[in-house]
Amino acid sequence: MIPRQLLFAVVILLIGALGLFVYALRMRGRVSQVPTTAEDLRPVAPPVAGATERVSLFIAWDDAGALHPEPATIPLPSNRQQRAEELLRSLVRAYQDKNSPHPIPPGSDIRSVYLVDPGLAVIDLNAAFANGHRSGVLEEELTVTSLIQTLAANVPGILKVKILVDGTERDTLAGHADLSTTYDVAAVSQLVTQMQAQ
Amino acid sequence: MLAVLIILSARPAGSADEKHLSVYSASANYSLPIADREGREYIGLLEILEPLGNVSAKSDGRRWRLRFGGIEAEFIQGRDRAKVRGRDVALFGPFLLESNHGLVPIVSLSSLLPRFLATPVTFNEASRRLFIGNIANHYTVELNPTNPSRLVFNFSAPVNPTIATEPGRLYMIFRREPVALSGSPSLRFSDPSIPSATYSESNGQAEIDVKGTVPLIASFSNEGRTITVGPVPQAQLAPAAPAPQMPPTAPSNPPPVLSTAPAPTPVPHHFFAVIDASHGGQDRGVALSDSLQEKDVVLGFARQLRQELQKRGISALVLRDSDATLTADQRAIFANTVHPVIYIAMHAASDGHGVRLYTSLLPAAPDNNGPFISWDAAQAAFLTSSQSALDAIAAALRQQQIPVRTLSAQLRPLNNITAAAVAVEVAPPGTNVAELASPAYQQALAGTLANGIAALRDRQGPPQSGAPATTPASGGQR
Repeated sequence: MIPRQLLFAVVILLIGALGLFVYALRMRGRVSQVPTTAEDLRPVAPPVAGATERVSLFIAWDDAGALHPEPATIPLPSNRQQRAEELLRSLVRAYQDKNSPHPIPPGSDIRSVYLVDPGLAVIDLNAAFANGHRSGVLEEELTVTSLIQTLAANVPGILKVKILVDGTERDTLAGHADLSTTYDVAAVSQLVTQMQAQ
Repeated sequence: MLAVLIILSARPAGSADEKHLSVYSASANYSLPIADREGREYIGLLEILEPLGNVSAKSDGRRWRLRFGGIEAEFIQGRDRAKVRGRDVALFGPFLLESNHGLVPIVSLSSLLPRFLATPVTFNEASRRLFIGNIANHYTVELNPTNPSRLVFNFSAPVNPTIATEPGRLYMIFRREPVALSGSPSLRFSDPSIPSATYSESNGQAEIDVKGTVPLIASFSNEGRTITVGPVPQAQLAPAAPAPQMPPTAPSNPPPVLSTAPAPTPVPHHFFAVIDASHGGQDRGVALSDSLQEKDVVLGFARQLRQELQKRGISALVLRDSDATLTADQRAIFANTVHPVIYIAMHAASDGHGVRLYTSLLPAAPDNNGPFISWDAAQAAFLTSSQSALDAIAAALRQQQIPVRTLSAQLRPLNNITAAAVAVEVAPPGTNVAELASPAYQQALAGTLANGIAALRDRQGPPQSGAPATTPASGGQR
């Protein structure tokens, strides 16, 4: 004969276990309902804290078809690679402003910047940056030269720049600007001067 | 210089010393190196299976266990049999384990691979070509007896062969495409300019060799499914070419198309222009409006420009005269092959006004290697003439009060062109983008561009061969 108290305790335990099982099933359902998008538009890195520095961002102006250096004061980490990343993220944020003179797609971001000796910088854009970029020779050239000139002007020692999209090589930014080869910083600087002169 | 010529005369058939196995499947086409061991040809089994599915391998002493999908196999070093799904399979030679790397004789692939893959496997051992599934790309050949005659190859799927020419021959080399023979390998035609075409396979590639009594050129259409081989237009040929331009070539890695026409090559004997209608086919370019694509607008401009140039006595050819998909390399190779005095790439934009003109933005120090000029900097020796062409066109536009900007851009294939090369980006005259498609606007603008090009011709006088001592060579680097 099973004692009545033991039977009672077993029943309570079974009800508790059943309740937990139902709860777990509900939680699992909620997780599966979290929407997944092809391009995650959330920032990929936390905001940088620390001492601020004055830098020059080479901002593209569609109307003028040229780049103009604009001073900005932004927090920059001491690590050279992180500085390069934060610098370009600042540039991207400037372009995402609603009054941007050269709008870029929402969700655009810099995934990473790799500094490879001697003098090579590899800029890795996220997919949203390239996939939604406006197509056109000048529109794309302004973006590419803005990234390169801003980087070269503020991070000494960069001679060549390669641009990747989502970690892989891509033929063009949006159908025109060639991303299959490496950009020569000196040639880009000349081009920027040429743009400003006209 | 002689050494350079000898190197250039070689066909781009890859290194003759290296043996390759080409694998064609629905998921990937790829090429793998073959290793010679004790008189037998071996291949890495893991490397063959990797692109085809989930594969892993583990070695344990002399044993090598491989798992492909849910299929397990065991190989033992030195043994000429393996166990796949628990059953013996003959390898026709000892299994080799080198640094945990499993090598099987290539003769075993016909019996071994069907055990792993639920699809028919056809292995042509002599030509080292492996077809997984019904993947072969068959073709038909038809001689079109127009004047001049043209040989039309129609393929069942798009192809992008390496093309090479030499006096009296044009080769199409298919390494990445599963091109397979449908009829007789050797075809003869009762045609004075194209007497025969021969199909052959070797070392992981197929080749079609078209013989001609005149210089031949190949052109692509039907989105890469049709290749038409015909004589180079007479207008582009010099009556005699005592000091021919060195031929254009393309990169070997990756080489969508490679042209290494050595020795007597056509040289322009009069001012000849190539107009490239950019984009095309699946590449629509800028969506100028809901109904207006850049590829269609630039084709209209290109045709108008050809007409306007011809009115001014300048021979011109539109590189993309249909809605075909062409890669930048194909465009450059075509342009370089016909040796124009000027190459003009047409683009269109919805923003801005007037016309933007671009020359190539080249690196300050091209990555050349001795006499071999980087494919990416092939334009370097022609940049001065490109700038002259740009100045002449810009002057003509300004004369007509058309707003013009002149810039440089890293815009392919400008950097690969071995002639004066300018990209023209046309914007609408006002705020209405639809005006870009207006025949009146296109004709007016094309007429002005043609005036600029005619002024360049008049300034230059009789054309020079214009080529530098060397031009980009086979094997040039990116």
